Amino acid sequence: MRLDQIVNALQLSVLTHPIDLSEVEPTGGYASDLLSCVMSGAQRGNLWVTLQSHLNIVAVAALLDLAAIIITEGAQPDVATLEKAEQEGVILLSTPLPTYTVIGRLWELGVRNPETTP
Amino acid sequence: MSDNLLSASRVITDKVAENISRVEELAYEIRVREVMTSQVITMHPNDAMQTVLETFRQARISGAPVLEEGNLIGLISIEDLIRCLLKQDLAAPVHQYMTPHPVVVKGDDSVVEALKVFVSKKYGRLPVVDSNGHLIGIITKGDITRGLLRALERDYQSEEVRRYRASHLFEDIESERTSLILRYNIKQGDFEHGGEASAKIKRALLRLGASPQIARRCGIAVYEAEMNLIIHTTEGGVIRAEIEPHQISIDVYDYGPGIRDVELAMQPGYSTASEKVREMGFGAGMGLVNIKRCVDWMKLESEWGKGTRLRMKIYLPPPHTHTKGENSNPT
Repeated sequence: MRLDQIVNALQLSVLTHPIDLSEVEPTGGYASDLLSCVMSGAQRGNLWVTLQSHLNIVAVAALLDLAAIIITEGAQPDVATLEKAEQEGVILLSTPLPTYTVIGRLWELGVRNPETTP
Repeated sequence: MSDNLLSASRVITDKVAENISRVEELAYEIRVREVMTSQVITMHPNDAMQTVLETFRQARISGAPVLEEGNLIGLISIEDLIRCLLKQDLAAPVHQYMTPHPVVVKGDDSVVEALKVFVSKKYGRLPVVDSNGHLIGIITKGDITRGLLRALERDYQSEEVRRYRASHLFEDIESERTSLILRYNIKQGDFEHGGEASAKIKRALLRLGASPQIARRCGIAVYEAEMNLIIHTTEGGVIRAEIEPHQISIDVYDYGPGIRDVELAMQPGYSTASEKVREMGFGAGMGLVNIKRCVDWMKLESEWGKGTRLRMKIYLPPPHTHTKGENSNPT
């Protein structure tokens, strides 16, 4: 499923300037608020669901080549974080929904990790 | 075009300058003469408007400079032609309908000067003159867009060339042992720049032709070490990465406070991070564990009160063989 379809289905706000979202197809997803767990567990091209919204999430997403970060519970990244994301080409999305709900909806949409799909 | 570009008279702070995009830079670098159309169709003030109509239709243009004895005296555009058509006055001469004394730009001006005029005056085209005021071309917004796209394409190709050159670095330079050393000083508490050294090392490796998997493993290992310097040291430390054709050796050292129990620090989930740092999502006690997973060899030495030294190696496969991905080796 393409990122533009995901954004529409979950009514996510796109916080960074539009890269063509229809060209991005997440390989699966990962959720954690602990950066080292993300470093260890997220796969290239994954969507990352977290309620962290500070500057360092951008570095993590850039190093791991993640598809996008979905920031949950309405947390707002500051200007420096948004600027950094623009610079690094990291897509930031946000939603008032809690992480659990977001993951549930993503799973329903078929955004699953290959090795965990029965 | 963004507002940044057009408010060029505004004082640009370092902070703003850091965020100026490549397109904006190019708008200042590229000269009008580089993107303008120099084969200009011109009209004479005594030409009939009927001639303008036919010329515009045949040449598929929407405006032309008006020249009298080589001097630019006006601009005739499709809007002028429409006014003339409404009055059914096609026999009238050009000088009755043209805009006299048109705004011009100089060939040596930055493209941004032309953009400023386009935005403030709503003109579709501008005559381009040399330093003596003689017409040398015409420029439209479309010319500028095409010029910027060409320049970006060139940028892209030059990155390809850089990458190609870098990837042959080790073949082109002969010595008993060739290596490239990258050094970064990391400041304690500098979360704002956290991850920059690792991103730079990752980029350097990709340019040198390392596989994406190797670059990613190295990026993760250096990132964790970099954040450790930022979070746990008293005054920061140094990351030194030495790249050789067969291996990457990374040496990370600091001047304190050191680790009390190295064995304990290596255990998954053990962390001494403060509550504040943990709230940011650091201090999961997984940093060293991640490093161990990503590198082929590591050695952590520390003396409490003195400092810590972490050495890591990633072995590079000989060219054209299958590489081990970081995920083929789960923990």
